[in-house]
Amino acid sequence: MNNTFTQFENFGHSLKAPSYCLHPTTSGEIHEIFHLAKKTGLTVNARGGGRSYNDAALNGGGILLDMSAMNQFLEWDPASGRVRCEPGVTLEQLWKKVLPDGWWPPVASGTMFTTLGGCLAANIHGKNNFRMGPIGEHVVEFTALLPTGAEVACSPKKNGDLYYSMISGLGMLGIFTSITMQMKKMHSGLLEVHAWPTRTLKDHLTSLEDGAPHYDYIVGWLDTINTIGHGQIHAANYLHEGEDPEAQKTIRLSYQHLPDRLFGVMPKSLLHYFLTPFANNPGWGLVNQAKYIASLRRSVFRESHAAFHFLLDYVPLWELSYGRGGLIQHQSFLPKETALHAWTEMLALAKKQGLPSYLGVTKRHRPDKFLLTHAVDGFSLALDFKVTDGNRARLHRLLQEYDRIVLANGGRFYFAKNSETSPETARTFLGEETIAKFRKLKKRCDPNGLLESDLFRRVFGG
Amino acid sequence: MSDLPKPIDQIQGKPAFATPLTPRRRAILVGSSRGIGAALARKLAGEGYILALLDRNAELLQAVSDEINRTYNETRAMSYAHDVTDYDSVPALLRRVIADLGGLDLFVYIAGVIYFPDINEFNFEEDRKMVEVNLLGGMAWLSQIASLFQSMKGGQIVGISSVAGDRGRVGNPGYNTSKAGLTCYLEALRNRLTRHGVQVITVKPGFVKTEMIKDVQRTPFAVTAEQAAEGIWNAIRRRKQVVYISGIWRWIMLTIQHIPSVVFRRMSF
Repeated sequence: MNNTFTQFENFGHSLKAPSYCLHPTTSGEIHEIFHLAKKTGLTVNARGGGRSYNDAALNGGGILLDMSAMNQFLEWDPASGRVRCEPGVTLEQLWKKVLPDGWWPPVASGTMFTTLGGCLAANIHGKNNFRMGPIGEHVVEFTALLPTGAEVACSPKKNGDLYYSMISGLGMLGIFTSITMQMKKMHSGLLEVHAWPTRTLKDHLTSLEDGAPHYDYIVGWLDTINTIGHGQIHAANYLHEGEDPEAQKTIRLSYQHLPDRLFGVMPKSLLHYFLTPFANNPGWGLVNQAKYIASLRRSVFRESHAAFHFLLDYVPLWELSYGRGGLIQHQSFLPKETALHAWTEMLALAKKQGLPSYLGVTKRHRPDKFLLTHAVDGFSLALDFKVTDGNRARLHRLLQEYDRIVLANGGRFYFAKNSETSPETARTFLGEETIAKFRKLKKRCDPNGLLESDLFRRVFGG
Repeated sequence: MSDLPKPIDQIQGKPAFATPLTPRRRAILVGSSRGIGAALARKLAGEGYILALLDRNAELLQAVSDEINRTYNETRAMSYAHDVTDYDSVPALLRRVIADLGGLDLFVYIAGVIYFPDINEFNFEEDRKMVEVNLLGGMAWLSQIASLFQSMKGGQIVGISSVAGDRGRVGNPGYNTSKAGLTCYLEALRNRLTRHGVQVITVKPGFVKTEMIKDVQRTPFAVTAEQAAEGIWNAIRRRKQVVYISGIWRWIMLTIQHIPSVVFRRMSF
C-alpha cells in the first residue's frame, strides 16, 4: 500500500488526524480493504461528507475510506417515492433527484453535504424530529458489508438487531453498501413559515413545545451572548395540494436556490473572509443583537424547502471564519421537565466565564428505538464555541461542567457533535446494558476489531 | 495477524486521545535510550507530546519510557526495539508506530555511533558501521517520513547531525563522512519538502556530555544532554532550519570551513 497519507479534519477545523486514504467504488473493493487492513495491522473507518463536528469521521494513523466514489442512485420510483442508493449519495444529490418528481427526504440535517451512509451512522435528526423521528425510521432496508466478509440485508423485521444498531452505530459494525428509503410526497416546492420572537428561555421552550403539534417543522435560534432567552422561532408547514398555485414552478430545482447574496449585496463565496473579524465576543455579540432586532415582528411567509432546511449551507465555508483554532459544538438533549433549569444554569455559567457560545440552536425531539440514540422527549440546544489557544483550558473545564449538568438532569448527547465527551459520560447516559449490547454486536460483526475511529477509541475505549 | 514487530512496552492501555480542547502532538524518536535521545524524549514528554521511542537497547529504552509514563501518570511514551541497520523492517514498523500513536507531527533521528581511530589508522569496518548507523539508517527512516509528510502536506523532521560533518578533518574521516552525508541529505529534503509545507531542521551539536564522548580528553564548550534537548526543542518550537548546539559552534565551524586547504591540510586538527 502506498503512503498517500492525508491530513483530515473535523468539520469545525479544530481537530486533525492523518490517515491512509482509499477510495472504494464497490463492496468488493471494501472487502479487499478489510483484507489489507488485517494483513497490515491497521484499522479502517469510513468517511462520508466529513460534516461531524468531532472525530467521528477520523482515524489517525489508520485507513480512511473516502466513500464519495460510491454515490450512485440504484433505483428510483417516482410513483411510490421509494429510492435505493449507494451510501456516498449526499442529501444534496437526493433532494435534487426526488424533488422534481414531487418528493422530499423525510428527515434532513441542517447541511445537505452529509452522505446517506453518514446520516445513518449518526442517525441524524432534522427540524421535525418531534414528529418524524430520526432518519433511521424512514429507512426501509439497507445492505452492509461486515468486516467478517458477510453481506447482510437489514430491515426492522429482518436482522432487526443489526438494523437498530448499525443505524446510530457510528460505522463501527459494518459499512453500508446500499440504502433504501421512503421519501415524503410534496405538493409544492415551498413551505409556509411562521416566525416569531421570544424574550425569555421559558418563553422560548414553551413556544417550541406548544408550537410543535401545529407544525411540520419547528426550530429555534437563541442569542446566547447578549442575553439568556432572546431568540426566534421558525416553524413551517407543508402546503397541501392546491395551496400553491405555482406548484409546477416551485418544485423545480431552479426555484430551490439558497440566497445568493447576503443583504442582496455581498457575494456569498467571499463572505467567510468578512466574517472573520467578527469571530470574537463583541463581533458575534453584534451579529446576534442585530438578528434579534430584525426578528422582532411576527411574520408569515413562504420559503423554498432548501432555504428553510439548509441553513448551514447559506454561507459557504463559514466554518473557516472561526480562525486557526476552529470551532466545536456542544449539543445537549434534555427532557422537557428539566431543560429550562439545566440550560439556564449552563448559559449563565458561560456568560460568567466570558466564554459565550456564538450560535445557539434549539429543536423539539421525541425518543426512538435505535441503540445509540440521542433523542429524548424534550429539546436540544446546540452551542457553537470558537476555540483559541487562549481559551482552550477554560473552555474544556466549562464543557466538563456542562456534561455534568446535562447528566444530572437526565440528558443525552449526540455522537456527531460533542468532541469532549468522556467514556464515563457515555456510560452514564447510554447505560451499561446498551453498551454491553453494542460491544456484543461489535464482537459478532467485527471480531478482529478492524473498524475503528478516533471517536470510537475516545468514547468506547477502542 | 502477521508477524509485525510488537511494542515492548504497551500500556497502561493506550495513549491519551486528542480532542480540540486537549490537543496532542505526536513524535517518533529514533535512538532514544540514552544521551541526547533520552533527554529529548523527557523534554518533549514534558511539552505534552505522545512519543514512540525506538532504540536497539530494549532494556534501557523501557526504563526511559516507564519513567516518563510514571511521571505523567498516563501513557506518553511507547517503546519499540529496533536496530537502524535493519533497513527492510522500517516501512512496516513505521506503519505500526503511526497506528499506535494515532498520527504523526514530528520525527527525530538521533541514532549515532562513533569510533575514534588513531591518527594513522584506517579502519573500514568501523567506518562502515558509522555510515550504516549514522547515515544509511537515517536515510532509511527519513525517506519514509519524507514521503509521508509530503502527502500529508505538513510535519516537522529533525536530524541530529554534528559539527563533525561541516568539514572532513584529520581526526575521524569516517565519522565526518557519515555526518556530512546526513547533513547533505537533510538539506536536500529541506529543498524538496518545504514547498509541501514540511519543515526540516538540521541540528549540529558540538560536544555533548554523553556516553559517546566519555573517553575524549578535550571537549571545549561541552553542554549536557539536557541543555542539548532544550536547544533542540527551541529549534522545533521556533521552526529554525540549521541549529548549532551550543550556538558558538556556528562561528567556530564557519572559521574552520574557511581555512584554505593549503593551510588546513598541514594542520593536525
